[in-house]
Amino acid sequence: MPQTPIPDFMPALPEIWLAGVAMVLLMVGAFRGNKSTRLVSWLAVLGIAVAFVAVIFGDQPNAKTFAGMFVVDPFSTLSKGLILVGAAASLVMSLDYIRREGMERFEFPILILLATVGMLMMVSANDLISLYVGIELQSLSLYVIAAFKRDTLKSTEAGLKYFVLGALSSGMLLYGASMIYGFTGSTNFETIGALYTDSGQEPSIGLIVGLVFLISGLAFKVSAVPFHMWTPDVYEGASTPATAFFAIAPKVAAMALLVRVLVSPFFGVVEDWQQIITLIAILSMAYGAFAAIRQTNIKRLMAYSSIGHMGFALVGLAAGTEGGVQAVLIYLLIYVVMNIGTFAAILTMRVKGQMVEGIEDLAGLGRNNPMLALVLAVLLFSLAGIPPLAGFFGKFYVFLAAIEEELYTLAILGVLSSVVGAFYYLRIIKVVYFDEPAESFERPIGREMGIILGASGIFTAFFVVLPGPFLSWTQAAAAALLP
Amino acid sequence: MSDWPLLSLVIFVPLVGAFFVLVIRGDDAIVARNAKFVALWTTIGNFILSIPLWVGFDNQTAGFQFVEKYAWLSNNINYHVGIDGISMLFIILSTFLMPICILASWNSIRTRVKEYMIAFLIMEATMVGVFSSLDFVLFYLFFEGGLIPMFLIIGIWGGGNRIYATFKFFLYTLLGSVLMLLAIMAMFFEAGTTDIPTLIAHGFDPSLQMWLWLAFLASFAVKVPMWPVHTWLPDAHVEAPTAGSVVLAAILLKMGAYGFLRFSIPMLPDATVFFTPLIFTLSVIAVIYASLVALMQEDIKKLVAYSSVAHMGFVTIGIFTFNQQGIEGGIFQMLSHGLISGALFLSVGVVYDRLHTREIARYGGLVHRMPRYAAFFLIFTLANVGLPGTTGFVGEFLVLVGVFQVNTWVAFLATTGIILSAGYALWLYRRVIFGVLEKADLKSVKDLSAREVAILTPLLAAIIFFGVYPQPILDVMHVSVENLISQHHAALEGVRSVFVAGR
Repeated sequence: MPQTPIPDFMPALPEIWLAGVAMVLLMVGAFRGNKSTRLVSWLAVLGIAVAFVAVIFGDQPNAKTFAGMFVVDPFSTLSKGLILVGAAASLVMSLDYIRREGMERFEFPILILLATVGMLMMVSANDLISLYVGIELQSLSLYVIAAFKRDTLKSTEAGLKYFVLGALSSGMLLYGASMIYGFTGSTNFETIGALYTDSGQEPSIGLIVGLVFLISGLAFKVSAVPFHMWTPDVYEGASTPATAFFAIAPKVAAMALLVRVLVSPFFGVVEDWQQIITLIAILSMAYGAFAAIRQTNIKRLMAYSSIGHMGFALVGLAAGTEGGVQAVLIYLLIYVVMNIGTFAAILTMRVKGQMVEGIEDLAGLGRNNPMLALVLAVLLFSLAGIPPLAGFFGKFYVFLAAIEEELYTLAILGVLSSVVGAFYYLRIIKVVYFDEPAESFERPIGREMGIILGASGIFTAFFVVLPGPFLSWTQAAAAALLP
Repeated sequence: MSDWPLLSLVIFVPLVGAFFVLVIRGDDAIVARNAKFVALWTTIGNFILSIPLWVGFDNQTAGFQFVEKYAWLSNNINYHVGIDGISMLFIILSTFLMPICILASWNSIRTRVKEYMIAFLIMEATMVGVFSSLDFVLFYLFFEGGLIPMFLIIGIWGGGNRIYATFKFFLYTLLGSVLMLLAIMAMFFEAGTTDIPTLIAHGFDPSLQMWLWLAFLASFAVKVPMWPVHTWLPDAHVEAPTAGSVVLAAILLKMGAYGFLRFSIPMLPDATVFFTPLIFTLSVIAVIYASLVALMQEDIKKLVAYSSVAHMGFVTIGIFTFNQQGIEGGIFQMLSHGLISGALFLSVGVVYDRLHTREIARYGGLVHRMPRYAAFFLIFTLANVGLPGTTGFVGEFLVLVGVFQVNTWVAFLATTGIILSAGYALWLYRRVIFGVLEKADLKSVKDLSAREVAILTPLLAAIIFFGVYPQPILDVMHVSVENLISQHHAALEGVRSVFVAGR
């Protein structure tokens, strides 16, 4: 019997570390009870910070381990960095909220940690099996986080809905994966890629069907139309820090995974998946823009906004080029920062000890709290893609990639829906600045919140001054991914 | 002195001022007072800073001057600024009008003064940036970035229907601009750069030019504004605060016509020739239709707004004649309209501050109580009509001379616009200033204060000085315009010879 070699654990060090931290904190929580939540949260943030350092210093050109199922390259490093920043920010933002809302239970930070481990696994997956393991670890944690505010009907409903639809998508994904395995004889990305890239073999119809199922399953995770149905309900129902987390980290992970799956093993059949991605990109952009217009709940609005933003990011993927992948990464980077800031602002919406979520509740924020209003306005203009703010550059690069691939229809429909989208962001700004003041929000907003808001506002406003480093990082990451 | 990044300073000094206004603390009255003074001194300083641009300007070359270039976005998208004879005067116009705008808002803006001043200073930076950009992406950044402060200016400090007006303004402009953005990207894809001088020399495929030209038209026509996409303008003008209207009419409208001059004509010469009849048609319609509409207005600001549409029609006619008189006339008309429309909106603001109504019928007989105001307003009105001795005459006359050589029908129809403009402008004057002073609240109205005289005098002086002696302005643009025309003809020849060789 041949001896199985011991795999190299080093590339997976951040994941192993985070998983270990989660276990230890579980012990801390189990012995010290719910009063330790704050401690556990801060330790979790610390653990994420250490993992972040490990990810950055563990960057390698292309390191594989666990029999080629797990890969570390600049692409995964950048995505993991974004995920960890998003997760840490969500944890910090949740601190005050969970205490005030009586959901201070130590499992909350631990679940976020476990979901984060799953996400890191997703972006490093180099095999259909490890892909599935990563997704499930992430998803199961997220289902619980969605239902974490268990005393309210909406939160429970959100968790259940997310679970049922998520299970359906996992089923589709597995079905697609099994068909791909059946028609290629491998689950490893490189082996599959070599089959179509090097030999120039024509893809069989079975593989295409499998690929369609795989894309459907992943499109559910990034909440692209027509697999978006869960998003508004889950965003609205879940507690606000959980919504912030959903909007930030899992979106990056799922989008990075989708990019890797399509570009790495299936680069040879780019013409086949390009049509699918183009279609769902157009649908997502248009739906996100039009459906958001009539929303009155800001969390629900952010759900439609994220659907639209994922559509824009998919435009870059639809180009299927190095420039396109780079554009997706730039988009995700900017999207993460803008969403962290926006949700931090939403988390300060508290009147007389009660959280409020209506857009109308923001009325007159421009007078009640000018600095908060200024940051929010910068973020919203940026989300709408108005130059010179960061959001413009995200859109600029994805459409540039689309134009270079001569996807004119996609680009034109994209910019038109961005104009429609601008309308609903402007509507919030209108409420903030033009309407008569409503009840003022409680102050102070807290030091952590202030720092998060300030940092994201400054990044968004001044990205234009020094875009160079971000461009070169994303370019290196994109170059690593393409064959 | 030449080592100084003078142009960048003129662009970014207002932002520094805006930052200082932002950090002012204290109770409301002190904040408002300090914000006003910081904004005023910043804009005055910036105007002084911009004067060397004119003094040090070399009239003899068509090349770009005061050029600065730094690496910015990768892939040949740089921070590249510079000015030539076409753009320089617009920068001066912008910096000249800004202190006037700040002064005009001195007493009429009472709420959120700090934010107001910040918005205006950011506005100034984007305006100067638009006219000095030599990179298309940079241009777009400033062009679009200006929407944010204007959106807030109209929306926060505007009149009763301000929300509708500001949304309409923003979305109309954005819709046009995003199509231009795609055209910029397509050019980048074709030429590998967004550097404007390089793109001018590039020579695009004629079939591609048509699409690019239409995409540019979508953006610039909204901004000019040309008929039939002008409808945002009367709404925005009516609802904006006085200084906002001044900036809109004097500077923002010029960006569209400037875009035609800087991009459409030199970069896309074939498409320009092909679409010139379309521009002429739309412009003539704009001149006549807007003048007729202006005749029937009951709101002073709306009347002035429609007169702007009509006068901008002259500008686009002049630009698309491709001869020296026409183009110089178009540019001169833009500058002159910047001064005159600014002055008219300020004059309307003067009486609006006193009575808080824009309805023409609410006025009448002001000459009895406000003789100084009546004198100022008379000169501005006559300049708007195009009376010889004012800048309005020089611009319109040159445009008509230019277009007469190209198309007599266009010249004939455009001239009717001048007659109509005399009609609506003088009738407005008659209804507001002359007549019997019978409204009770007008009987106690006060004449111009010293501040208001200080605001209106520089404009009056400029209108008359350059009306009598337009040479300094024409000298500046002469070589650049000559170069533009010869480039245009050379590009057309070049394409023809390629076609001939192809056969």
